[in-house]
This record gives sequence, C-alpha cells and structure tokens, in this order.
Amino acid sequence: MIRVVLPAHLRALARVEDDVELEVTGPITTGAVLDALEVRLPVLRGTIRDHVTHRRRAFIRFFACEQDFSLAGPDARLPDAVAAGREPLLVVGAIAGG
Amino acid sequence: MSGVRVLVGTRKGAFVLTADGQRRDWTITGPHFGGWEIFHMKGSPADPNRIYASQSSGWFGQVLQRSDDGGATWNPVGNQFTYAGTPGTHQWYDGTPHPWEFKRVWHLEPSRTDADTVYAGVEDAALFRSTDGGATWQELAGLREHSTGARWQPGAGGMCLHTILLDPVHPQRLFVAISAAGAFRSEDGGVSWTPINRGLRSQYIPDPDAEVGHCVHRLAQHAARPDVLFMQKHWDVMRSDDGGNQWREISGNLPSDFGFVIDVHAHQPDTVYVIPIKSDSEHYPPDGQLRVYRSRSGGDDWEPLTRGLPQKDCYVNVLRDAMAVDALEDCGIYFGTTGGQVYVSPDGGDSWRAIAQTLPPVVSVEVQTLP
Repeated sequence: MIRVVLPAHLRALARVEDDVELEVTGPITTGAVLDALEVRLPVLRGTIRDHVTHRRRAFIRFFACEQDFSLAGPDARLPDAVAAGREPLLVVGAIAGG
Repeated sequence: MSGVRVLVGTRKGAFVLTADGQRRDWTITGPHFGGWEIFHMKGSPADPNRIYASQSSGWFGQVLQRSDDGGATWNPVGNQFTYAGTPGTHQWYDGTPHPWEFKRVWHLEPSRTDADTVYAGVEDAALFRSTDGGATWQELAGLREHSTGARWQPGAGGMCLHTILLDPVHPQRLFVAISAAGAFRSEDGGVSWTPINRGLRSQYIPDPDAEVGHCVHRLAQHAARPDVLFMQKHWDVMRSDDGGNQWREISGNLPSDFGFVIDVHAHQPDTVYVIPIKSDSEHYPPDGQLRVYRSRSGGDDWEPLTRGLPQKDCYVNVLRDAMAVDALEDCGIYFGTTGGQVYVSPDGGDSWRAIAQTLPPVVSVEVQTLP
C-alpha cells in the first residue's frame, strides 16, 4: 500500500483528513502513484499536474525519503521504502511569497 | 418578504452575506474555500439556489465549485479548460509571440434561462461554456481565433476575459471584454465575433484608434435598453448607443476617469455608477476620499456620493468585478474594496454603510434578489 501525504488545501478539497493509501500496480513511480491518486480522488485532477500533459504544476514538489523527485520525471522509480509503504510520497506546495 | 444574497469573492475565500429587503441586518457566512482566491461567484437567474464559484490558487490551479442550495454547501465540478485545436500565440508584454496558456477563470456568467448553462471568461483570454452544470467545458473558439487574436496583449493583471454580457433581448447576442484587447460582440451565440472598439482612444498604444489593444476594464448594460452599453476603460468612461458599433466619452466632470467598476441602476437605464480611482500607477481614490459617482443622465454629468463612505485617509481600490446592483424597488448598490470592506446603499446611492469591515481583499461582488 502506497501512502501519499497531501498539502492541507488539497486535503480539504478532496475531503480527506489523513494520508491517502493507494494500491499501485507495476513499477512504483511518481507518475504511477499520481495516476492512482487521481483515479481515487478525481477532484485532484489538474491541481497537482496538468490535465492533458501531466506536467507538474510549477509550485508543486514531490519528496520521498529525504529526496526530491520533482525534477526526476514521471517514470522515476520511488524508493523501496515508499513501495513498501514504510515511507510516504509527500506532495508539497512550495514555499513562495514573503 | 424578499431579500438579498451578496456573493463576495476575496483573496482568501468566499463569503455569503444575506439580509431581508430592508438590508439593515446582515448575516455573514464563510470563509468558504478558506485560503483560496475566489475570483468570482454568480447565481443562476434561472435557479437562484444554483451558484457557481471560481476558486483559484497559484499552487494548485483552477477549481470550479457549484452550490445547489444557495451557498450553504458546495461541490467541485469540472476544472478542465482546454483550448480548442492548436492554440497558437498572442503577443507577450515585450511584443514577442507567446503561447496561449490557461491560468484561471476570472468571470462566470450563468445563462438567463438554463441553470446548467454557464459561461466562463478565462486568462489567457478565451470564452468557455458548460451546458452540464459545470461538469465539462467547451471553448467557443471563434473569439480566440479571431484574426486579431495573435495581436492581443495582456494588461498588467494578465490577459483576462473579465466581462460577459448575455443580451436580455437577443438570445444569440453576447458581449465580452478583454484586458487589454478590447470589447467584442457575437450575434450568433458565440461562434463568430466582431471587435467593437471604434471611438475608443488609448494613448498607451502606438495607434490610439486601433481596432484592438484597448484596456477595457468593465462593461455594463441595462436589461430594458440593451443597445446602450457603458464602459469603464483603463482611462475614460464611455457609452455606446448602438450595441458597441461606436463609442463616445462620457467622463464629463469626474475627478478621474480611471477606474475599474461601472454599473447601471436596476430600474433607471440612465442612472450609472462609477468609482473613480486616481490613476493607473496609484490605484486608490483621489484625495483619500472613497466616492461613488452617479450620473442620472447617462453620463457626462456626475455627482459624488459620499454619505457613509470614508472621506479621509482611504487608500483602497475597487476591482472590476466588485460592484453589483439588486433588483428591489429601492435599488441597492454594492461594492467591495481591496481593504476588505463591503458597502451597500439601499437607496440607489444616497447613503452607504459597511456590511463587512474586515474581510480579505475583495475581488468580486455579486448580488441575488430573492423572492
């Protein structure tokens, strides 16, 4: 079971109060996890990545196991600890502003 | 007794203000969607319980919300705004070609007759329509694909389609306005479009009489006389008596003809309201005095309305979608400020009072007149 931690605004939008747990088949990549996340919570489509191109929104970052996967592309494998459910994939709203 | 519901979009959420027809005692609910920018909310004339809201964030993009119970509860609907075909380019600030990119919905205009049909004006400028209550959106691409489209440029706030008027008499006629392209009219339900900017003069573009390129801030129309249009342009308050074919200036004795909002009294087609702002580089009222100006003659001759409004040390702005009028017998006028105040005049502008004092900066104000 993959765990995803969402920023507060997206938890409120999706009406979830805690980590989201997902079944993901095949290689555990950021793209595969986001595909499963958007199937489970369709309201998140367009809020993390573009509807059509699946390009990550500029102020969204993906962290896992103290590594930044934001620029690694959708096919980048996530760490085994994420695949095993011991560590979450964190979807983070970048700190911007004052 | 009849009542009113005021829909206030702010930089940090949506608020719903309600009162009975006296408009003395107000109840405020919200924030809905706290922390998100609410660019605009508007209720359906066909079903007042149906309200659409544009929720936006620099981080998370565009969300569209819909209420079917007058704003008590909300549900997200479709947020996919995909330009038709290959969008091509418009001009960037420096004159170079720039790809059309969807950023946000500035304005929602529900159909007069069908609660499931709603139009969305977006940045980068385009017009979308949903006929299924906001679940899916289709672009009316004839506007963006107009032969002048490649020459459109953004204003300082972005290249936004911010005004949509659905003609109350001619069902196939629509008007839109875009910063900084100008005003456009369709006679065929939005399939094809004509720029309607003749008579506008804008010193900030190389050809001040250009067909497009004018920074129109807002259009207003009275239902009983739909061929008469009023416009607050970047500078200049304008009027057309022929559906936009020709415009003439009606700024008259205003202390400044820069501003954003313009609206028309619900029952008096020649009574018009503007809020002068000192300049495009200062964005606050002249002399620190918040004054609504009213013309009872369709322009040129304006009177300041000050009773109940701050007349010193006031340096707020009133943004383009932040004025509305109700349809009660004593027409109510409403506006919101970037300082978080919402003002109402229950007597056509003669007197004003703040019905909210400390909201986040107000982006938009709409009002529903309830039975």
